[in-house]
Formats: sequence, C-alpha cells, structure tokens
Amino acid sequence: MKLSSPPFRRTKNHDLPGWEFILPSLVLLSLIGLPVVALVWRSVGINILSFAVSASAVNALKLSLLTSTISVIVSLITGTPLAYVQAHWRFRGKAVIDLLVDLPVVLPPSVAGIALLMAFGRGGILGGTLESIGITIPFTTTAVVMAQVFVSAPFLVRSARIGFSAIDHQLEEAATVEGASNWHIFRHIMLPLAGRALVTGIILCWTRALGEFGATLLFAGNLEGKTQTMPLAIYVGFEQGLGIALFLSLILLAVSLVLLTLVRRLER
Amino acid sequence: MDQGVNKPLVLLSLLMILVLGACTLAGSGIKVNPGAPSTAGVSLQPGTPASHLPAAKLTIFAAASLTDAFQAIGKEYETAHPGVVVDFSFAGSQILRTQLEQGATADVIAFADQKNMASLVSDGLVSADASHDFVTNQMVVILPPGNPGGLQSLIDLARPGLKLVLADASVPAGTYARQILEKMSNDPTFGADFSTRVMANIVSNETDVRQVVTKVELGEADAGIVYTSDLEASPDLLTIPIPRQYNVTAQYPIAILRSSPNPELAAEFVNYVTSSEGGSILSQWGFSPVR
Repeated sequence: MKLSSPPFRRTKNHDLPGWEFILPSLVLLSLIGLPVVALVWRSVGINILSFAVSASAVNALKLSLLTSTISVIVSLITGTPLAYVQAHWRFRGKAVIDLLVDLPVVLPPSVAGIALLMAFGRGGILGGTLESIGITIPFTTTAVVMAQVFVSAPFLVRSARIGFSAIDHQLEEAATVEGASNWHIFRHIMLPLAGRALVTGIILCWTRALGEFGATLLFAGNLEGKTQTMPLAIYVGFEQGLGIALFLSLILLAVSLVLLTLVRRLER
Repeated sequence: MDQGVNKPLVLLSLLMILVLGACTLAGSGIKVNPGAPSTAGVSLQPGTPASHLPAAKLTIFAAASLTDAFQAIGKEYETAHPGVVVDFSFAGSQILRTQLEQGATADVIAFADQKNMASLVSDGLVSADASHDFVTNQMVVILPPGNPGGLQSLIDLARPGLKLVLADASVPAGTYARQILEKMSNDPTFGADFSTRVMANIVSNETDVRQVVTKVELGEADAGIVYTSDLEASPDLLTIPIPRQYNVTAQYPIAILRSSPNPELAAEFVNYVTSSEGGSILSQWGFSPVR
C-alpha cells in the first residue's frame, strides 16, 4: 500500500520545532527508550551466554517458535478468506463481524484467557462435547496456539482487509467479463496485488503471537516444554534469577526489532 | 480509507469514556469495586477519593493465600483508623520479594515462607529482628465438585493421566507440595517413585496458589495441592486431607519494611494483625494464629 506524498510541508522560516514540542517528546522517548537501553545494558554485565544453553531457555525458545509459526499459518489460512469477504461483500451482520474481528486487538489478554476457558475449558460451553470425543484442550500446546490465534489473527485480518480494499474494482470487473471465477480472481489477481499487505499482516501477527502472555497463562497454564513459551519463562524466571529472564528478553527484543524494521520496509 | 480501520478507534473511545466515567465516580467519593479478585493474581484497591484526601496510605504486600483474610482485616483497620487507606498487593511471595528487591515501596510485607523473608533480611530491606511469625497453615489436596478424576485417596495422585496442578517450585505453596510428595515417597506404602510419578501428572505450574485453586474450581484440573485456608473462600471444593506425618506446617512471617513511608501506622497495622481481633479474623479464614 503506497501512501501519497504528505499533505503539507514545513515552510522555510519554521524549520525547527520549538522546545514546547521537543521537551514533551523527550519525556515520552526516554520513557520508552531508557528501559530498552537498560535491558541491553544489564545483560552486558551478566554472562548471558551461560543461560543460552540452559534447558528451560532452550525449551521455551523452541516452543515459542513452533507455536507462533503454527498460529500464523492458522491465521493465514482462515484469516485471508475472512478479510477478502469483509473487503468485497456487503451482507447483513457485516458490522458485527467487523467488530468481532477487531475486538481482540483492544481486549486485555487476561479477558481473552478467561473467555477461552469458558468456551473450550472442561467446564466450558463446548467442554462436555469435546470431552465426550476424547479431546481436552486446556493445559495443552493446542491451547497455546488457540490463545495466540485469538489475540494475533486480527492483526493479519486487518492488514489483509486493507490490502484487498485498496485494489481497483475495475480490475475485478474486467476479469469477471473475461469469465474468471471468484476463486480465480482471488488467486490470480487479488492475492498477488495484496501480497505486501499480507506479508505485513503475517509479520505483525507473528510478533503478537510470540509475545502472547496473559491468555496463555490462564488458558494453557505453565509447563516447561509443553505450554511454557518465552514470555511465560521470562515471568517465572524473573523470580529465580535475572539471567534467564534477561537472556530471553534480549532475544524477544531483537526479534521484535528485526520484524518491525521489515514491516517499515514493506510499508514504504 | 477502509471503514474497518476506524472500528478499533470507536471501540477505544468507548473504553476511554468508560474509564473516565469510572474515574469520575471514584473522584466523587463513590467506591468502585474491583472485579472478582479470586481469579486475578494481584488485586489492588480502587483509587482514593480525591474530594477528601486521607491522612495516610498504607501499602501492604501479602502472599496470595492471605487475600481474603487481609482484605477483611484491612476493612476493620480502616474503620478503626478513619483517614487511613490500606492498599494491598497480593501475589506469590516470590513475586512480591522480587518487586521489593527491584525497588517497590511498601510498608508491611507478609510472606507464606521463611526463605523469602530471609532473602529480604540479607538484602537489608528488613531488619533482622523485625520479622516474626503470625500464622501457620497446612496443605490439603483439592478436587473439583463432582470429582471428575475419580480420586479416592492420596495414592491416586500418581495414577497416569490424572491432571494435577501445583504452584510453581518458586512459589512457597509449590515448595511445600513438593516436600509433602517427597515425604510420601519415603513411606513404603506409596513407594520410592511416588513423587516422580505424581510430578509426571502435573499439567501446569501456577505462579501463585490462588491460580491453583481457580484452575481446580473451574474443573480444568482433576486435583491440586493448596493451603487448608484456601478452602474457606471456595466451599464447593472436595478435599482429601494430608495426614500429619506427611503434611508440612507453613510459618507465615510479617515485618515492617525499613523503607516504610509510614512506620508508625505500619506498626499499628502489624499490631492489629497480631491482636486477638486480627487473630479471630485470620482464624475465620482458616489460619492458625501464632500466640
């Protein structure tokens, strides 16, 4: 998605912002910047690599990579069609669906965790049915993935929806005249043209899934190698010794920075 | 642009209006009740009314298991000391200890074990003679209503496939539970590998004991090991008692922090907790006051 050039430019005689702009900005920048710098600074003092090989750190890393990747794939397979439907068709109840898809973005993750338990927990609405066919979801890696999809898929759907909406309708009409089916238009015109927005969505979705904490803790619990993802290991490790927590925090910080840079590149 | 982009904005503004509304209520002196504290690890009291500023504010950090008892004591203390507002932060003892070590300010600290207090003493945050034990507690096995796991006795804890939830080993309740399992393993009735087999059934290591209670109450787990005092707030739970020879006695220490902003009020609060009035509230909530 290409944005048009800025609507206004600074005139020559107002080249520099005054202190009334700079000072408040500095307050906010230091609030965000100092903790990030401090995290790196403190890690330098500790022999961080000794924690890199610790079993719990490795387990958390592996589990986070596995679950977040599956979450992105699930979000992509289910979220792209949904975004396409939202962008291209008008129907009754569309406003409700739009609202529902955006809800997890503003909903506190702990609320998401409780809600997931109420729906898919053993005592939840679907719990009895699932139990009768031998499926129990809470405290499993599946629960981790479900919590991640719940909170992260909306980022992909929103991005994809914007991408699909930005495509010129005339292209689609032309293709329809040529006799292309809905699926053909989607596959050969829409998907390639919305590619950039989709990749942006994938990255945002993956970042959010990697960082998921609250819903996972409530819905999936905390068990090393099975449900203890990196954010949970950071939380639990924090009280046992700063080392593991700092090491895992640094990794997540680095990954987040790289992904964010990628998103910036794509949006340009 | 796409209309969907504005939806979160609308939602956000709605939320902001709600929050602002709540603040206005709090400001006009109407108390806003925090939502169900039993499900949250940390529960904080609502903000103080801005219209009549209180003479002082006490901040109490207390082990999650003390949640109900201390909230009841806090209410009594506030009634007896008009103008004093008592704020609580309830969490696993290890979390509170870490927060204090990282510079959190509080007046009084109450832990569920000796280890965390010893650590604060060695860090110089609590004077060596300032801490004393005020209650004891025991452990019990809890089962959800209806006993979905079909447990009949303690030995069933090792049955393969059972879903057991414990507090994490870093949490006092988690340490006590593991000590109990070790003691049972030393008894030939249970067998030397009992502890290992039970630990294999753990589906989650929770960050405080109240989370264990919640997971079992919801029926998500078949069993959990918690404090006997936790039963007072959750009367629907089924229990399997842990015999004396395997059980442990948790000694709860309380202390005034050296950096307490209100040491006199803090001392009064500790005195109230250890008084006979405080003791009777603690007994009501299942603790055994130390006389």
